[in-house]
Amino acid sequence: MARTVRIPATAYPVERFTLPNGLRVVLAPDRSAPVVGVAVVYDVGIRSEPPGRTGFAHLFEHLMFQGSANLEKLAHFRHVQGSGGTFNGSTHLDYTDYYEVLPSNALERALFLEADRMRGPQLTEENLRNQVDVVKEEIRVNVLNRPYGGFPWLRLPPVLFDTFPNAHDGYGSFADLDSATVGEAAEFFTRYYASGNAVLAVAGDFDVTAATGLIERHLGDVPARPAPVRPSFAEPDLTTERRTAYPDPLAPLPAVAAAWRVPDPVDDLAGYLPYVVLAEVLTDGDAARLVERLVRGDRTVTSLGGYLSFEGEPFDVRDPAALVLQAHLPPGGDVDKVLGAVDEELDRLAVDGFARGELARVQARMATHLLRDTDAVLGRGLRMAVLEQQRGTPELLNELPRMLGTVTETQVREAAATLRPYRRATIEVVPGGAQ
Amino acid sequence: MTAAPARRPLPPLGPTRRPPLPKVAERTLDNGLRVIAIRRPSVPLVEIRLWVPFARAPLARATVLSQSLFAGTVDRSGVELAAELQTVGGGLSAGVDADRLLVAGAGLVTGLRRMLELLGEVLTGATYPAGEVAIERARLADRIQVALSQPAHLARAALSRRMYGRHPYAESVPGVDQVRAVRPAGLRALHADRVRPTGAHLVLVGDVSPARALDTAEQVLGGWPAGGRQLTLPAAPAPRPAPLLLVDRPGAVQSSMRIALPAVDRRHPDHAALQLANMVFGGYFSSRWVENIREDKGYSYGPYSMVEHSVAGSALMLAADVATEVTAPALLETLHELGRLAVLPPDADELEQARQYAVGSLQLGMSTQAGLAGVASTYAGFGLPLEFLAEHTARLASVSRDEVAAAATRYLAPALAMGVVLGDVARIAGPVAALTEVETSDASVTGVVGPGAAVSDVAG
Repeated sequence: MARTVRIPATAYPVERFTLPNGLRVVLAPDRSAPVVGVAVVYDVGIRSEPPGRTGFAHLFEHLMFQGSANLEKLAHFRHVQGSGGTFNGSTHLDYTDYYEVLPSNALERALFLEADRMRGPQLTEENLRNQVDVVKEEIRVNVLNRPYGGFPWLRLPPVLFDTFPNAHDGYGSFADLDSATVGEAAEFFTRYYASGNAVLAVAGDFDVTAATGLIERHLGDVPARPAPVRPSFAEPDLTTERRTAYPDPLAPLPAVAAAWRVPDPVDDLAGYLPYVVLAEVLTDGDAARLVERLVRGDRTVTSLGGYLSFEGEPFDVRDPAALVLQAHLPPGGDVDKVLGAVDEELDRLAVDGFARGELARVQARMATHLLRDTDAVLGRGLRMAVLEQQRGTPELLNELPRMLGTVTETQVREAAATLRPYRRATIEVVPGGAQ
Repeated sequence: MTAAPARRPLPPLGPTRRPPLPKVAERTLDNGLRVIAIRRPSVPLVEIRLWVPFARAPLARATVLSQSLFAGTVDRSGVELAAELQTVGGGLSAGVDADRLLVAGAGLVTGLRRMLELLGEVLTGATYPAGEVAIERARLADRIQVALSQPAHLARAALSRRMYGRHPYAESVPGVDQVRAVRPAGLRALHADRVRPTGAHLVLVGDVSPARALDTAEQVLGGWPAGGRQLTLPAAPAPRPAPLLLVDRPGAVQSSMRIALPAVDRRHPDHAALQLANMVFGGYFSSRWVENIREDKGYSYGPYSMVEHSVAGSALMLAADVATEVTAPALLETLHELGRLAVLPPDADELEQARQYAVGSLQLGMSTQAGLAGVASTYAGFGLPLEFLAEHTARLASVSRDEVAAAATRYLAPALAMGVVLGDVARIAGPVAALTEVETSDASVTGVVGPGAAVSDVAG
């Protein structure tokens, strides 16, 4: 059934410029609905945290909402939501983002708010202690009080990686969080929240000339500070298999996750893309290789996921990155059987290649996923901001569906052939705290 | 870092741009299926939502049916169905609740006809092969077992049981044994009886010409045999004042607090006022409750409250997860904020802010294909036209402060609350009982959490 489908592309116009203070700006106008997405992305993430300060990048993200040069605590939330908009921020391995999506008549207000905290958040002892408490509740609700908390994103990196930047817990230990100081926060801001270390993206309903004027007015006089030099976080690949198990007292059933290193997502995009496709070939939907084999055939797993980078965003991560597979097993499930079957299927793909039409249909589905994500102005703006920051090519957003469509069978087979057991890091969740 | 030489003023909002009304077309096919097509050409995709009324369908069978609907037809295996959908960038999946079976998905717009053909093939010819059903049953049983270890699920389930008693809304997830007892023949019978076009609707949103999309749907799904039954549920009981139920989860590092209050449906004259009263209380980040227990006291990461609508009833739901040691103080603040709003009118400013947010949210929700499809399908399921969105926006814009205050008194009074707290009862019962009447459930909720089971290696 080799029906060929043309992979469509979007044609969002993209304008880029840099303000004299070093802030990079990306504009993607689209007047089809009266909404606008504003995103500011700072080039600092979990990997940049210093030893002894686990969780600091995320804690600092919380502090960026606690008042700024001209705004008291709570004002940011009220001004965004009182304009009919929503907001949030999130901390990733390689960046931290802040964003709003609003009715387009609130664009100037959003720019003002982002400019104000780029000039300086109000870093007070009271706000710090309050947000340490909030972050600890966040960790309790997402990790400590729930089964499979932190699986696999907090649990697998320390098996796959050896250095502190790549291996540590990005949510942070309570001890590190409790001992954080206002002085450290101020230093962190000065170093990493420089105008030269940030990208502003605006997507949606605006006029480019008018928006450019507003951006210059509100963000042009943010004091210039250059971007710090980002160190390499590179580590050598694994040469022998690594595997650990840990008890999860709350988990009722076993689970397993495995990761392999992949080519540099930024410097070797052509080498990286086949792995992005491979993850989908293996796991996207009931017709995917591993779902067919493990869920429907062997019945050794009940659900399965495969993705690039621990955060599941293939184009938001720098080197070193990984392809991750994770599976939940039935009661008494056998992790060795699952891993053995994964190895067999990878071999089979590498040696025998694809069924007729198999790759094309996976590529069509990937195009749908990408297009759907960028349908929302905010999704579009955020992706473009990160693409600008990490690659200098925000317009890549328009090209990605088609680029994924050009990945060949041979490339995916070669990628599959590299996922050998000796390069694999694996964690196993032992349910109920036994063993 | 408070270097503020001269205060900069907050820029005013620009002139409001009203959303352009999307092109909508609608047709009821001869078999009774209502089709609604909406043009939103922002990306070359189409969103599909099929809502089939499922009131009174037996829960376990309905749940297994939803998971096995795409498991095979006369002409194709489940894997072949998935592969064919994937070929046009598509995917479809089904879910069920006490009101409806919902099939949802999206794909490249060039594949609309193919996706509808495959949907039609499933609607008229799903076979529920024994082997595939066995797999889906086992997966479902495992998922339920995992759900039963999730505090969020357990707390909500305990509250639903307390609120709804013998009403079908009391249980949203079937028991593992009930699931295991479902047989393919029972699924085929349920499908033949209930997966029918009477009372069903299909929403298509995307880069489509609405008229042509209707024609396509009619050509492809017109042959879905007419039939089905218009069953309704009795009105769901409203939450009523009751002692707070404490459910034990020994060793829990947090307490999961869930509280229900009465609410009204979307057509009720109080609806807009209640929605705004809820916003002011806890319905968005800039609300009193969130500012109090999160931003002031640091008790909770993500408290929220919302008006939940089901076909047979509505309720206002509060949810907060709080550290075990501050459970009673968090409850105190919650009751305090409810009471404060119930007996004192909101400030004019905070009401305007909530109003803007409520109106803006509607606008943002309509700005994507998926958002529009979700709203249109939900409205249709409740018998509301898409124009209701504009009417509701107008009501939100005009509701007076007095009306909001009256709604707060009528629906948010703490004396009306019915609630559950799931947590380490040995540690929370004493302080909580100092605030309100409590009851303790007979047994602890699961055997998986032992004393001292907090994952302390991560906590450090």
